[in-house]
This record gives sequence, C-alpha cells and structure tokens, in this order.
Amino acid sequence: MMNSLHIDASKCTGCLQCEMACSYENHGIFATSKSRIKVFEFHSTGRKVPYTCTQCAEAWCMHACPVGAIHEDKATGAKVVNETTCVGCKVCTIACPFGTINYVADTGKVQKCDLCGGNPACAEACPTGAITFVDASWTGLDRMRSWAEKLDTTVKTA
Amino acid sequence: MSWQRKILRVDLTAGTVTPEPLNMEWAMAYLGSRGLGTKYFVEEVGPGVDPLSPANKLIFATGPLTGTMASTGGRYTVITKGALTGAIACSNSGGYWGAELKMAGWDMIIFEGRSPKPVYLLVRDGEVSLEDGADIWGTTVWHTEEHLKTKHQDPLMRVSSIGRSAEQGCLYSAVVNDLHRAAGRSGVGTVMASKNLKAIAVRGTKGVGDIRDPKAFFAATKAGKKVLADNAVTGQGLPTYGTQVLMNVINEIGALPTRNHKDVQFEGARDISAEAMREKRPTDGKANLVTNQACFGCTIACGRISQLDNGHYTVENRPQYWGASGGLEYEAAWALGAANGVNDLEALTFANFICNEDGFDPISFGATVGAVMELYEMGVLTKEQIGIEAPFGSARALTFLAEKTATGEGFGKEMGLGSKRLCEKYGHPELSMSVKGQEFPAYDSRGIQGMGLTYATSNRGACHLRSYTVASEVLGIPIKTDPLATDGKAGLVKAFQDATAVFDSAGICLFTSFAWSLVDVAPQLQAACEGDWSLENLNVVGERIWNMERMFNNAAGFTAKDDTLPKRLTTEPAKTGPAKGLVNGLAKMLPEYYAERGWTADGIPTPETRARLGL
Ligand code: SF4
Ligand code: SF4
Repeated sequence: MMNSLHIDASKCTGCLQCEMACSYENHGIFATSKSRIKVFEFHSTGRKVPYTCTQCAEAWCMHACPVGAIHEDKATGAKVVNETTCVGCKVCTIACPFGTINYVADTGKVQKCDLCGGNPACAEACPTGAITFVDASWTGLDRMRSWAEKLDTTVKTA
Repeated sequence: MSWQRKILRVDLTAGTVTPEPLNMEWAMAYLGSRGLGTKYFVEEVGPGVDPLSPANKLIFATGPLTGTMASTGGRYTVITKGALTGAIACSNSGGYWGAELKMAGWDMIIFEGRSPKPVYLLVRDGEVSLEDGADIWGTTVWHTEEHLKTKHQDPLMRVSSIGRSAEQGCLYSAVVNDLHRAAGRSGVGTVMASKNLKAIAVRGTKGVGDIRDPKAFFAATKAGKKVLADNAVTGQGLPTYGTQVLMNVINEIGALPTRNHKDVQFEGARDISAEAMREKRPTDGKANLVTNQACFGCTIACGRISQLDNGHYTVENRPQYWGASGGLEYEAAWALGAANGVNDLEALTFANFICNEDGFDPISFGATVGAVMELYEMGVLTKEQIGIEAPFGSARALTFLAEKTATGEGFGKEMGLGSKRLCEKYGHPELSMSVKGQEFPAYDSRGIQGMGLTYATSNRGACHLRSYTVASEVLGIPIKTDPLATDGKAGLVKAFQDATAVFDSAGICLFTSFAWSLVDVAPQLQAACEGDWSLENLNVVGERIWNMERMFNNAAGFTAKDDTLPKRLTTEPAKTGPAKGLVNGLAKMLPEYYAERGWTADGIPTPETRARLGL
C-alpha cells in the first residue's frame, strides 16, 4: 500500500512544528526557512494552510529536469532529487505548477519533499492531525465518513 | 548548547551595531531570556536611572529553548526599567518574532542611548543595520509591519514594533510583534519610543542547532508534548476556549474585580465569556471567535482570532477593522469589560484591536478606564473634560477612550498617565487599583487571598504572571489550597515566583505550567543545553533571579512600604459571593513571606540569602 501526505488545513494552528521537524530531518537544524513544507497564514481570515509537494504521478519537475536528477522512489512514490546529479539550473522550479520545488542558495541545488523515505517527519510532529500520512488511494476517507454520518438512514413511515 | 552564544549591542546615540559573545558564565547562572537579560541589565544600568532617559537600556532576550521543537519554544522578553513603574520591567511575548531572532543567530539585542532621529533595526542573519524610520514614525503597529514587509520585499520577515500611543508618551505602551502578540506590561514600549526606535524587523535563516544531546532532546520534548496534550487545561480548555475559559469560573468564586474593584462579581460576565465568543450573534449570524492560533512551536494554541460584527457601531463603514485579528484573552476581556462594567463583547473586541493596532496594554488601559469612570460618577471628572459621558457600563466611553489613548489626543493624554498618576492628579490616589504604579490584572485578592501577596510582592508591580497562585487556589494545580485562607500562602507564592522565573528564562510559555512542573522542564533543558539543569539547580536559579530583581528594585528606592495593596482591598469587604465579608489578609502574609524568603523584616535579602544564591 502506498501512503501520501494528507492535509486538513482547518485543523492547523500555525505552530510550525512541521517546519522545524522538516528542517531538522533534512538539514540537522531548526530553521523554518529551510523547510520543504510551508504553513501560510492568511491574517484577515485567520486561516492557516500547510502546503507542500503532493508527489504528482506524472511529475512536471521530473519530466522537465534536463539531467535526470529527479527520480521516483518506487517504494514511497516520492519524487526525489539526487543532489549529486542536480546542476541547479532551476528548470524544475519553473515547471512545477505548485511552487513546491525550490532552489537552495546555500547548496546550489534544489530541494523538495521526499516523504522522508516513507516516514514523514512533519506528519509525525504535527500535534493537531492537520498533516497525516495515509493510504494514498483513500485520502478522502475521513471526509466521506463525516458526510456519511450526516445521512439520514432512519426508515421513513408516511 | 542551544544558545547562539552571540548578542547584538546597538548604540542608538552613535548609530553603531556591534556583535559580542554571550557571557556563558552568566548563562550558566541565569539561564536565558528573563534571567539572563535581567543580569545584563542590572550589571549595566544604574538603579536610579530615569526610565525615559538615554541612560536606560532596552533588552530583547530569547531563551535557550526559543526556536527549538520544545513545545511553546518561541518566547522572548523585553527587559528595561519600566516607564509605568520605575521598577525592573520584564515583559514576555509569543508569536513568531522571538524564534526568528534566534534563528537569525542572536540570543539577545541590547539597545542603549537614544537615536537622534526615528530609526528601525533591520536584522537579516548576520547583516544588521539601523535604517531611517521617518516613514513609519507616527504610524500604527499594523501599518509599520506591512510597510516594512513591502519595502524589503520580504513577506517572511517578522516585525516587532511600537504604535502611536508609545510615541505620544502613554506610560503603559507595549511592544507588539506579529500584529497581535505583545510584550504588554510596565511600559516597555514607552521606553522603546523614548529611544526613537520604531521597530525591529528580522529575518533569520540560519536556524537553531547544536542541541547537546539530540536523541534525549527529542525524547524529552515528545514526552513534554504528551503531558500537555493529555492535560484537561492545556489539552482541551485552552485550545477550545483560550484563557477566557476562566471568566465564568472566576466570577463564580467571587474574585472577578468589577467596576474598579467596587464589586467582586459581574452580572455581565457571561456576555463577555469564552462561551459568548463562540455563540452565533443574533445580528449577523456569525460567532465572534473565528479560530484558535498557536505561537511558534506551541502545541497548546490558546490564541484567539476574532472577527467583529461589521454592523457594530465601532466599525460601521470602517472596513479596515472587518477582517479577523487577535481577539480577547481573559485579562483583556476582564480589563476592558468587568473592570468597567461593560458587557458589550463587540465593543471589548474592538478596544482590544485598538490596543494591538497602536500598542498599549489592555490591562492598564482598562483599569485606568475603570478609575476614570469612578471619578466621573463621583463628579470629579466631567463629560467636558473626558469628551464623553463616562458612567460605569458605557461601551461608548470605553471605545472612545481607547481611540483617544491610541493617538494621545484630547483626554487620551491623561489616560496615558495610567491610573496612579491620573488619580493623584485629580485628588483621589486611593482609587488607583495598582501596586508600584501598575494596575491589577483580573483576580480580586479578596476572593483569592494568595493573589494579594502575589501582587504586593511582584517585582514589576501588580501582575498575575509572577506567581499564578490562582492555579493552586482555584484550579488545584499542583495541589488545591483554600482561596479564602491566608495560611501557607507565603510559601506558595515563593514557590510559584521561583518556578515562574525559570519558565520565563527558558524561552517557553508560562501556560505550559498548567500541566508541567519544573520536573518536566528540567530534562528538556538538560538535553538541549550544557550546564547543570537538574531540578535542584533550577530551583536555585529561579530563586536567584527573583532576588536579583528584588535587589535592583530596593536599590532603585522601593522598600517594604511599596509591598502593599490599595486600601479598598484591605478595608472594604467583598459584598457578594464566597468571599463576602472578607478583605485581603496581606498584613498577615507579608511578614511570613519575608521570613520564607530569607529577607529582613524590611524586605531586604539578608547577606546569608545573598551568599547562598551567589548574589
Ligand atoms: S505542525 Fe500541524 S498544526 Fe502545526 S503548523 Fe504544521 S500543520 Fe499546522
Ligand atoms: S499557550 Fe498560548 S500564549 Fe502560550 S505559546 Fe501557546 S498559543 Fe502562545
């Protein structure tokens, strides 16, 4: 079974534990600026929205890369950047419609979410359940269940 | 070692910025944030300094856990000699700014002198500069933050700034970061304005690393988070209701100071409570509360985000106030509401927005409104002087005064004096509900006796955040004590004061202490930092910090006579509720407290106490 990150923004409080977990996992330091997941706060509505790569099946970044530095991890489905191959041309950052692959000035390479090899640190760190790592084919299960619960199944007698 | 080991010294007079190594010897004895910042302060500033003179300094300090994954590790404190009190001031704030400063590579910033013209400090990691602040001087906190982000084309920048109230000399002005998180009390923002310093804009990309023992740190912080999640207050009460969870509770036990402390219960408490914030308004079918919000790293998320009814008189045709913003927490709801007898939730929320927008403390402001309303009802102040009729219960007077205080116009200048100076000026010093010049927060010490001693002995003037014995006396944390009794309160207050000093110095939020004791904090510190952060040593560190603050105040001229309460609380008994007939028993508790502390009968730490604490 393949899992994917599932985001329920309505639960997010903006604590940034996910961003710290991501930066620690990948850079060994607590630095929200280095995180591959970003939480956006929309002040005038009070909404907080975590956003990261969704690992497209036909990934634009992977197809655009001229040196083949991005490949699919067959076990997790993640599109993974091979830093030794990456030449830092940034074509992938132009190709990605969602902006979730980004150039890192310090290293001269790009970075994106790689699902931490199958155990995403952000989902592990999130205290509210806004980020979970669930069956990729059933990310809508919870939402279906909550609507199903509302269905009136009592027998109607006229 | 989760200190960055680097501080910034900014000489505003000369316009220079100099990095310095952090004094690690002091860090080992005073931890960080409140303790360490205050150590620098008392070493560098004479106790007699005029708070608004260039000789006063202003320190922004993070703690060792700030900017780490420890829950609530996002806090910073602002330390100075308070404009409102003339005592040591140390105001704590959450939001994201403190962690950003730490991630930029700095533990602390020390501002000294006075800039000849308005400036702001721009910190981008190691690149730090003083910039011309002419375009933002005279504007609000909200405008300043937006302006700087736009000017520097950096939406990820975090800004801490002062509003117009501080520039106008309001003595209880705050430093506000992230639009609605504030180092709120004692007039730290007023000191910042006196230095012609408008804002500190920070972008930190370096991060916080160098955790002493990462494996132990993740285990300890994870365990700490679990304790918070499993606790009824930090796991459910605070995220759902915010600190406002207290409004009905405190009213019921007869400790909700009402109408300038004339009463201890407010008939309108329910209308301004957490429950009311969640209910749909009849006017527009929406609730006042939009959502909750966390500060950096916080797994509690007590913050309130509220939206006003667009048709309410305060914001009709003023779309700039129609969006969501920082809503009422308990202290503000009390000060803007019960303290004045006002029960219009929307008016309170609007006044709170104004406090954030122009940077002033809603507690001191609301309590000053209470005093003004009493003076008005006595006929001492008139409608002509104030600019509006101002009886207790008038929402219109409250919001009118908030807007005047924000800009310092008209009676707003008088409001900015705070209740002590204002009541003295109009011949009724007894009506100021304050200690050492700072107004009481939201707990009446006739109904919660320990809070009387807390207020009287607080090093920064009346304050609940120096020893929150409410936790024990009302909520039974860590053990239940009788709120109506004075017995044992001296020891309780001392224990809370010392422990609180440690929480504040670690860089975490005091609200964790509803669930955590120092037993939970010690392993997190020990895993993150070099040094001895055992429970035993933390207790000593807390006591050392408390005594250091006290010694500064003593040297600044405060004596046992200032460890007092307004006569109303020690001579006018509570009229209703469980505390009916009671006054506060400070006279009994205070000598016990001095003895407990190892101080003389005049409230001065004895040589033995000082030696024991290394002071
Ligand atoms: S950890 Fe969870 S709640 Fe916190 S900011 Fe990230 S997604 Fe939001
Ligand atoms: S408990 Fe509240 S004030 Fe404290 S850090 Fe969390 S959100 Fe901020």
